[in-house]
Amino acid sequence: MVTSPPSVVVVTGVSRFLGARVAARLAADPRIERVVGLDPHDPPPALTGLLQDVKLIRADARAASGAIADLGAEAVVHLAVTSAPDPRHGGRPAMKEQNVIGTMQLLAAAQGSTRLRKLVVRSSTAAYGASFRDPAVFTEDTEPRAVPRGSFARDILDIEGYVRGFRRRRPEVTATVLRFAPFISSTAQTTLTRYFAQPVVPTVLGRDARLQFVHVDDALEILHRSVIEDHPGTFNVAGAGVLALSQAVRRAGRIAVPLPEGTLSTVAALARNAGVGAIGLDQIDLFVHGRVVDTTRLVREFGFTPRTTSEAFDDFITGHANGSSLTAARLAAAERAILDGIRRARAAGAESIGAGGERS
Amino acid sequence: MSQDEYRDMLPGHARFTLPEQPPAVRVNGRRPIPEVPRGSERRRDPDPVDVWDKRVAKGLAFLRRRLAGTYEVDDFGFDRELADSVFHPVLRVLYRDWFRTEVFGIENLPATGGGLVVGNHSGTLAMDALMLTVAVRDRHPRRRHLRLLGADLVFRVPVLSELARKSGATVACNPDAERLMSDGHLVGVFPEGFKGIGKRFADRYKLQRFGRGGFVSAALRTGTPIVPVAIVGAEEIYPILADIKPLARLLGIPYFPVTATFPWLGPLGLVPLPSKWLIQFCTPIPTAHLTEHADDPMVVYNLADQVRETIQATLLELLERRPDPFGL
Repeated sequence: MVTSPPSVVVVTGVSRFLGARVAARLAADPRIERVVGLDPHDPPPALTGLLQDVKLIRADARAASGAIADLGAEAVVHLAVTSAPDPRHGGRPAMKEQNVIGTMQLLAAAQGSTRLRKLVVRSSTAAYGASFRDPAVFTEDTEPRAVPRGSFARDILDIEGYVRGFRRRRPEVTATVLRFAPFISSTAQTTLTRYFAQPVVPTVLGRDARLQFVHVDDALEILHRSVIEDHPGTFNVAGAGVLALSQAVRRAGRIAVPLPEGTLSTVAALARNAGVGAIGLDQIDLFVHGRVVDTTRLVREFGFTPRTTSEAFDDFITGHANGSSLTAARLAAAERAILDGIRRARAAGAESIGAGGERS
Repeated sequence: MSQDEYRDMLPGHARFTLPEQPPAVRVNGRRPIPEVPRGSERRRDPDPVDVWDKRVAKGLAFLRRRLAGTYEVDDFGFDRELADSVFHPVLRVLYRDWFRTEVFGIENLPATGGGLVVGNHSGTLAMDALMLTVAVRDRHPRRRHLRLLGADLVFRVPVLSELARKSGATVACNPDAERLMSDGHLVGVFPEGFKGIGKRFADRYKLQRFGRGGFVSAALRTGTPIVPVAIVGAEEIYPILADIKPLARLLGIPYFPVTATFPWLGPLGLVPLPSKWLIQFCTPIPTAHLTEHADDPMVVYNLADQVRETIQATLLELLERRPDPFGL
C-alpha cells in the first residue's frame, strides 16, 4: 500500500541534534507542506539556522494534544527521547519525565487525533536488554531476557510498551518503531562519541563488547523515508559488521585502560557526580554485554543499506583526529623503525662475525 | 641354568640379532653423504632468503595490525587472525605433543556449508572442545574453523567470556546455533554439558543425558547434517575422584572437582595428565528431509537418541583400540 506523503508533520524534540536535523530535512522536502516542531525548550542558537522553515511550538507533550488536533497533523515523528540525563535540564527525573511521561501523553494525544495516519518513534537497540544468556545477534523478534540496569534502556522498554498499546488501539495508523544503534558521525555529540574522543578511554577488564554504530546521516535517511513511505513495524537500524570495543579504541588511536566492572561503575558514578564524564549504567551494560542486531528486515523493507559500522566509525575518527596518540601512521612508522633497527643490528653483527672469522 | 637355556625361557625376541648392514656403496667414488665443500660458509648466497628477517617483519606487522585495530571481527566476536596466530599455535602443542592426538574419519565433515558436530564431553575443564577445534582446523582439507557453543556460565565470567568469543564460541542457544549453521559454519556442541565434564572418573566413557535435544531441532530447522564425534582421552586428563557439592554451591559453579592433583598441588594440579587421545568423526546424519519436523518432539528425541547411541558405540570401539590410556 503506497499512500501519498503526509502534508502536515509534527516533529517532537526539535531542540536537540537529531530532532532539528530531521525537521529541517522534512521541511526541505517539497512533498511535505508543513513541518511543525514541538519542544518544551527553545532550540540552541547552533540549531536555529536549521529550523528556519519549521514552525516551532514551545510546548511540552501535555499541551501536545491540542496542538496535534489543531494542526491537523497527519504524521507524528517522536524524537523527544533523551539518551542520557542532562544535569543542566533537571537530570534523571526530567529525563524520565520527558521519555516516559512525555511519550505517554504524546501517544494519548495522537490517539485522539482523527487525521493522524502515521507515527514514527525513535527507539534504541537498548530495547533488547542485557543478559549473559542473550543470543549474539538480536532480530526484531527477540524478547529482552532481563530488565536492563541502565535508565535509558528502561525508558526505551516503557516507550515501546506504550507504542504497543497505541498500535492495539489505532491499528489503522502506520506505526514505525526504529531501534537505532548508537549514533556516530564526525560531528555528532553523544555520550559514546564523547567517550571515544577522550585521549584515555576506560574499558571493562576481561570483557570486549561487540559494538555497532549507525551513521547519523543514514539514520536521517531512514527517518525521512519512514515519514514519506509506509513501513509499518519495528526495525533495527545499524551499520552491518561489528567492532570490538578494544578494536574501536585502537582504531581511534586512543589508549584503553581496562578496569574491573565494579571499579568502573564506581569511578563513573563519582565522575558523573563531579560533572566530568557521563558514562552511566547504560554504557557499562553495553561494554559488558555488547549489542549486535540483524538489519535484514530494514534493508529489505526500506531498500536502503546504511554504511557499515566500521565505515561510520572511520568518519568519527576523521572528525576526532586530535587527541589520538597511537595512530595507524605512527604505528607504521614505529614498525619500520624497529625493523630497520633490527636489520642494521643484525648486519653489524654479521659483519663483526665475518671479520672475526677472517681474522682467525 | 646355562645362558642358552635362560635365553630360551625369555619370551619374544630373545634370539633377535641385528641384521648385517649392507656394505657401503660408493656413488661416483664418494660416499652418499652430502659433503660440504670447504669454504662454502664464507661465500654468501647471491639471493639470500633470510628466514629470520621475514619472521621478524611478519611478527612486527602482526603487532602493528593488532595495535591499530585493523583486523576483522565477525558478528559473534570471532577474531580469526587472533585465533590462527595465537590460540591455535598454543593449543597445538597440547594437541600434538602432550596428548598425541590421532584423528579418524575427518572426511565425514562436510567440505563446505553448515554442519553440526556433536561430541561427548568429559575432562573437568572443557579441554576436549578446544582439542576438537584444533583437530578440525588442522586435519580438515579446507582447514575449517569449528564454532563452539558454550554454556552461559562461560560468558558470565570476565576474561573467559572474552577469550571464548574471540576464539569463535558463542552462547549455546537456538538462535545463535541456527544463525551460524545457516551462514554455513561448522558448529560444535556438547549436549551433555556440565553433566559430562563434571562426572566422576568411575563413570568415564558413559554418556550422560542429552538434555532436551535442542541441538537436534536447530539442525532440523536449518537442514544441517549432524556429525557425531567420539573423543577418547579427555576422561583421564583430570580424573575426578570426588565432587564437593557444598563448596561448588558456595562458589556458584556446577561442581567442585577433587582430582589426584587438584586442589592438593595448587596450580600444579591444573597440568593435565598426558593421556593418549583418539578422535573419531562418524558418518554424517542428513536432516534436510526432516526440516518440517523440527518441532515434533518424537522426531527430535529419536534423532538425539540415534546420535547418542552412535557416539557411545564409537567410544567403546575406540577404547578397544587404545588399551593403555597413557600409552604412545
